Amino acid sequence: MAIPLRRRAADIAAFAFATFATAFGLVWLMWILWTTLIEGAKALTPALFMEMTPPPGSVGGLLNAFYGSAVMIFLGLIIGAPIGVAAGTFLAEQGRYSRLAAVVSFINDILLSAPSIVLGLFVYELVVRPSGHFSGYAGALALAMILLPVVVRTTDEALRLVPNQMREAAFALGMPRWRVTSQILYKSAMSAILTGILLGVARIAGETAPLLFTALNNQFWSANLNAPLANVPVVIFQYAMSPYDEWHELAWAGAFVLTLFVLLLNLLVRFLARRGASK
Amino acid sequence: MNPTFAHEPELAAAPVARSGAGADRVFGLVTAGAAWLVLLLLGAAALSMAWGGRLAFETFGWRFVTSSEWDAVGGHFGAFVPIVGTLVTSAIALIVAVPVSIGIALFLTDIAPRWSRGPIAIAIELLAAIPSIIYGMWGLFVFAPFMAAHVEPWLSSKLGPLPLIGALFTGPPIGIGMLTAGIVLGIMVIPFISSIAREVFSAVPTALKESAIALGSTRWEILSRVTLPYTRSAIIGAIFLGLGRALGETMAVTFVLGNAHDLSISLLMPSNSIAAAIANEFTEADTDLYRSSLIALGFLLFVVTLVVLTIAKLLLLRVNRQLGRTH
Amino acid sequence: MKASRMAALAAAILIAGCGTQTGNKPGQGASALQVTGAGSTFVYPVLSAWAADYKARSGTSVNYQSIGSGGGISQVEAGTVDFGATDQPLKSDELAKNNLAQFPVIVGGIVPVVNIAGLDAGKLRLTGPLLADIYEGKIKNWNDPALVKINPGVPLPNAAIATVHRSDGSGTTFNFTHYLSQVSPAWKSGPGEGKTVAWVGGVGGKGNEGVAAYVKQLPNSLGYVEYAYVMQNHMTFALLQNSAGNFVAPSAAAFAAAAATADWKNAQDFNLVMTNAPGAQAYPIAASTFILLPRRPKDKAKSDAAVAFFKYAFEKGQQQANKLDYVPLPADLVQRIESYIAAKVK
Repeated sequence: MAIPLRRRAADIAAFAFATFATAFGLVWLMWILWTTLIEGAKALTPALFMEMTPPPGSVGGLLNAFYGSAVMIFLGLIIGAPIGVAAGTFLAEQGRYSRLAAVVSFINDILLSAPSIVLGLFVYELVVRPSGHFSGYAGALALAMILLPVVVRTTDEALRLVPNQMREAAFALGMPRWRVTSQILYKSAMSAILTGILLGVARIAGETAPLLFTALNNQFWSANLNAPLANVPVVIFQYAMSPYDEWHELAWAGAFVLTLFVLLLNLLVRFLARRGASK
Repeated sequence: MNPTFAHEPELAAAPVARSGAGADRVFGLVTAGAAWLVLLLLGAAALSMAWGGRLAFETFGWRFVTSSEWDAVGGHFGAFVPIVGTLVTSAIALIVAVPVSIGIALFLTDIAPRWSRGPIAIAIELLAAIPSIIYGMWGLFVFAPFMAAHVEPWLSSKLGPLPLIGALFTGPPIGIGMLTAGIVLGIMVIPFISSIAREVFSAVPTALKESAIALGSTRWEILSRVTLPYTRSAIIGAIFLGLGRALGETMAVTFVLGNAHDLSISLLMPSNSIAAAIANEFTEADTDLYRSSLIALGFLLFVVTLVVLTIAKLLLLRVNRQLGRTH
Repeated sequence: MKASRMAALAAAILIAGCGTQTGNKPGQGASALQVTGAGSTFVYPVLSAWAADYKARSGTSVNYQSIGSGGGISQVEAGTVDFGATDQPLKSDELAKNNLAQFPVIVGGIVPVVNIAGLDAGKLRLTGPLLADIYEGKIKNWNDPALVKINPGVPLPNAAIATVHRSDGSGTTFNFTHYLSQVSPAWKSGPGEGKTVAWVGGVGGKGNEGVAAYVKQLPNSLGYVEYAYVMQNHMTFALLQNSAGNFVAPSAAAFAAAAATADWKNAQDFNLVMTNAPGAQAYPIAASTFILLPRRPKDKAKSDAAVAFFKYAFEKGQQQANKLDYVPLPADLVQRIESYIAAKVK
């Protein structure tokens, strides 16, 4: 029996809409990436990686910003990842038996999607105000707080993927719990945990708002973490909102490098995840 | 007592090796401590916002939320304009993102050839990976001029004169404003909603879909009468998740919203959002009341996103239970 | 274990970088000092040029964050920076309360800028009262009769005016609105004057940079910026009618003519605003930027370094100032400032 026209029309409309919607999403992606590529490539010179941020109206590079970002991401990683892995371990190992674990897991997921500007304000109140100055340390702390929920969630899931037989076998051999976790579970879930940390790094690399009131910015080379520290996102913000064409070019170059870094990390994470799953 | 063997009492009662017991306790304390730290973080952030904003709340009371004045000179601050700006841009974002995300989910689970599903899904999820400051820059330098040159003049000439909704589309076509910000937000939010939608669409039991096909349903009818009702909680949860992200988004909005503490009906006019106001004005707040008002704004945002994300999580938790997952 | 060894190596490099002193290049001499300042975006172009020169000469970096006068005042009062810069001078009682010394460092001008297709710089004429009316929303279109009347022969489009103002606490806004209050009673009783006012509509830009950026970007827009920004970004400025009735173009000479009438001798703590100055060639919105220094600084070395920097700016910075069309301060004023600093800042 042939399907009546009205129903067939609705079906075709749905088909068309779904295809259009996907094309819509892909068009935005390509437009944004294409723009970033074209504009960024224009300003991509070796000077970008060798000179400091210039005063308005002159050319220069982003070396101090790259350095500051690298240091703060690294510090944020050192602070946030161990705590995240520890908390994620707690959730995975105690998840079924502990009320606390259920609550923490819930709260963690909320923190994961919470606005990062609020965490920046928190670190301002916690560190910048009492110490009386902006600092790279405060910036790193803010980044650590954003990294934390990501690592907790991914460590939790990574450890849950380890089959229970491994745990039972280790316990059967009389290993204490801490050894089971550190020597058996971590080893087995290590690549998944690491990819989770990489995902977190990709996330905090692009964060701007929390750095606005913690690390601020610095036009000169500075390696002093106890003072305002240059960083890529805030420099992009300042330069893009300025009227100077040279600064606009540098902003696009910074945006290009940042996007490339984040996208490559994301693709790396997927590649590692697939490799881990097929093992 | 070793909980792994809760159902086998003899094994559970077996003592752990002496050397391990102390280390076990330390390890347990460390992991539990880290977990408590997560809780502490949320609580401390909320408390710190509330504490920082208390001066503003004490000074203005409920008027803080209802007043549309923002006068740093006279010391009168009201959150109404940023709140409205946040809500309007988020609403536009959802209007853009929800149909598109469901369409993408349908495409990826039903229409696309199997070999293409993976790459297209990855591409859509890359939208979430792009840092929001990139969205902001692209919005300001590329999208806003596009809106100003091609879309907004059309909107204000065709829809402006209409009786009721006309007021929404009046004003000079400058490109930056609530409409542009809402659309950019919507694009940012698409991957969050579509990835959850795709996951739950493909988890609908094939038996249900097959019986619908057997009864002669078209693809659209399967979507509207089987898939969507079955996944309703998850879709609503995903929408709330998208809303939560849209409410808190700072950088993309700061570039294209126009930073004007001005209440206006028209979507083409610039406005302000809570996050953009804080980002723009915090380092220049020169009185305690000003700073406290901004922190109070942050507190309001935090509370609202907390509520929205809690609802989202509750809905998605129920879905996980439905689908047989234990966490 | 290769990955962890590489990670350790990367960490070592980064941490070694942390250990180096701040300076021109990583690893420069340990004597390089870093002075921090924040505030007025009005003075930023010339201050950053001075800072770059001074660094080349002495090795001291002056790291200035251009965040607006309001921010500069609050940062130096909170002690988070070594000096602040504001275009709105503080009154003596507030200075005393916060133990600050205040002195002017440069004079510049605030210029209306527009973005109208086909209109060249210096062709459009505006008056103070008309500017006030535009910003209050009373004049909405570029081809309003009042604007056409004073611009015979200038092609003004039939388009809505998109006004741009400052979204941050701005000394530039203070000087601009102070001027509007002086020439328009409606403005004075309406939005009034201040580092920020209740703007009627329009887009808010952050800093002089933000306003310039928006005016460059948005068609048919109008904004107000310090003249150095107009020059650096090749913007379309308008002529403004002064108190003598002449339509004056912005220039260092016009700003100097306005500044010449300023009575610094009788201004306690140099608290002086020079808008709407008398004189046939005086530019109507001239303004100075004031530096705020703590009188009992926490870090004496940094305070001395800041004072040395400003001494350099006064005595050797004229060339940079002239290049950007600012007006350096006259020698007798500089002398008075230097003795004031010596007396107040210990």
